[in-house]
Amino acid sequence: MSINSENNEGEKMETTTTPGSLSAIAAMHVDKKPGSQALGVGLEARGIHAWFGQKHVLSDVSLDFWSGTVTALIGPSGCGKSTFLRTLNRMHEFIPGAAMAGEVLLNGEDIYAPGVDVTKIRLKVGMVFQKPNPFPSMTIAENVLAGLKLAQLKVENKDDLLEECLERAGLWGEVKDRLNTHGGSLSGGQQQRLCIARALAVRPQVLLMDEPCSALDPGSTLRIEETISHLSSSVTIIIVTHNMQQAARVSDYTAFFLSDGGPGQMVEVGSTNDIFSRPKDKRTENYVTGRFG
Amino acid sequence: MSTIPQASKIVPQRPWKASRKDRVETGSIFVFAALVSILVVALTPLKGKLAYFVIFAIAYLAIDFVFHLRKAGRPAAVDSFFRGLVTMAILVAVTPILSILATVWIRGHKGLHLSLFTSDMRSNAFTDPVSQGGLIHAIVGTGLLVIFAMIISVPIGILTAVYLTEIRGRFTRPIEFLVQAMSGVPSIVAGLFIYAAILVPLTKTVNGIQGSLALAILMIPTVARTSQEVLKLIPNDLREAGVALGGTQWRSVAIVVVPAARSGLITAMILGVARVAGETAPILLLTGGSGAKNFNMFSGSMGSLPNYIWQAFASGTPEAITRAWAGILVLLVIVIALFSIARFLGNRKVGAK
Repeated sequence: MSINSENNEGEKMETTTTPGSLSAIAAMHVDKKPGSQALGVGLEARGIHAWFGQKHVLSDVSLDFWSGTVTALIGPSGCGKSTFLRTLNRMHEFIPGAAMAGEVLLNGEDIYAPGVDVTKIRLKVGMVFQKPNPFPSMTIAENVLAGLKLAQLKVENKDDLLEECLERAGLWGEVKDRLNTHGGSLSGGQQQRLCIARALAVRPQVLLMDEPCSALDPGSTLRIEETISHLSSSVTIIIVTHNMQQAARVSDYTAFFLSDGGPGQMVEVGSTNDIFSRPKDKRTENYVTGRFG
Repeated sequence: MSTIPQASKIVPQRPWKASRKDRVETGSIFVFAALVSILVVALTPLKGKLAYFVIFAIAYLAIDFVFHLRKAGRPAAVDSFFRGLVTMAILVAVTPILSILATVWIRGHKGLHLSLFTSDMRSNAFTDPVSQGGLIHAIVGTGLLVIFAMIISVPIGILTAVYLTEIRGRFTRPIEFLVQAMSGVPSIVAGLFIYAAILVPLTKTVNGIQGSLALAILMIPTVARTSQEVLKLIPNDLREAGVALGGTQWRSVAIVVVPAARSGLITAMILGVARVAGETAPILLLTGGSGAKNFNMFSGSMGSLPNYIWQAFASGTPEAITRAWAGILVLLVIVIALFSIARFLGNRKVGAK
């Protein structure tokens, strides 16, 4: 911890991250007010706690995600934001020893209630991972349509769906002539957009993104961010990111997570504009202005 | 701030685990399928343990499928069906193994005796009462044979694996093929090879080291292949990081790659030992079967556990047969102990405390 903070001190000296620039980026957003009632709350987390074995890693997070908005989860490493993200589509339980408490309501119904079909939940709440992970045995087209095969869904016109998903992921133009080649030939950024197209093909209501750009170069990151902006009108997006500029650029709401050595907690949530220009909590201010983390 | 004062302590939950109701349902299906199999065996000409099992398996899978089909739909039913099928496959695979272990214990434990581990067969015949004589000479013999085989084969095996994964010279492909082919060599072929190459033209007599050489031929492919798999698991980043710090390839392999694979290489070694500890054919041919302890690998006939078992069975009297089963039990315990050690060492993470 001490080494980390020293490093960050050093970085702070060199970079020109001032609170002004971030809030300026955030202010460029047109705020999507939750007031547009037609959208409604799609996904609600109620008092979420998470454990790995005996270790309590996340404490009492309650957060609403409005339909058609982008919410960024920011915070230093180990603050539980990825764990929180994974409780939202029941991927948390994949880790041996994992436990949780609380409720996650999708369209008003608890996804952890007994008798709920977990595969249906993951169909509605899709996920894009940190590292691009196209299926190596499949071609680009097969990758996009893999979800249909896995979930045994039928569509009338696969070609239309293929084009639509790749178009929405901003990849169609680059791959339309080589749909039957393998995904491994694509660049990292293209692979990640392929994974987004793959996630979109089963028509999720919510898309979770766990640091989707951390393994990518700035150009590819920009393309993914454009994709996120285009998608946000039709899909609710929740994105975990370490990159505060990215949070300021793409999100409508930002939640700041922090661990004081114990379980991670959500310190503050608000419109991205507010979080970056007038945070209420001192710790949020310190973080977004680059004083620590 | 979103922290709400907590009235009561929050307890960790695992809503995804099978609930009490789920377990009762599974249990009921199990009991029901068992009843069906008992009924079918009682009422039809189908008889025997196999009939019980086959009918139970079919009944369980069918009832389970229909139950889940009605409860949660086709995908869930298919999922449950395959889970059931996999469980049945495990039962089929494990039953013979458990049966062998049980048989060896039931027949062998009567012959277990303290003198087994203190005395040899120098002045006793296999037909003597079980309390007289023992197999310490055979344990010593097997131990020495295996240790010498290990000393010969482990360096060769690991260096072969290093060649195949690190050097990757032009002979990689043919050697890989040869190593794979060699792991299928019948043990008697290894025995006859040493017999023809060393025993007949040179020594003209049995001794321990010839047995070890034959065992080493059998061990090398096992050690090399397992080590190769282990070394393949070491991420390439580590090799690049080693070389990028200015190390030669040899230094990088010796200081970074092999230590990172250490626990896996130990496993490879022990798997090789377990592969040959029970080998009989080459030992019968090359080391003889003295009833006395012999610590000299290079001269004289040497006893071993497989040889002891074979001789005891050949004697045929009830006492001798009991001795043979006791010998099998001791050998089995040694092999299982070796595998357990291999698992334990293999599971330890490199770099963990």
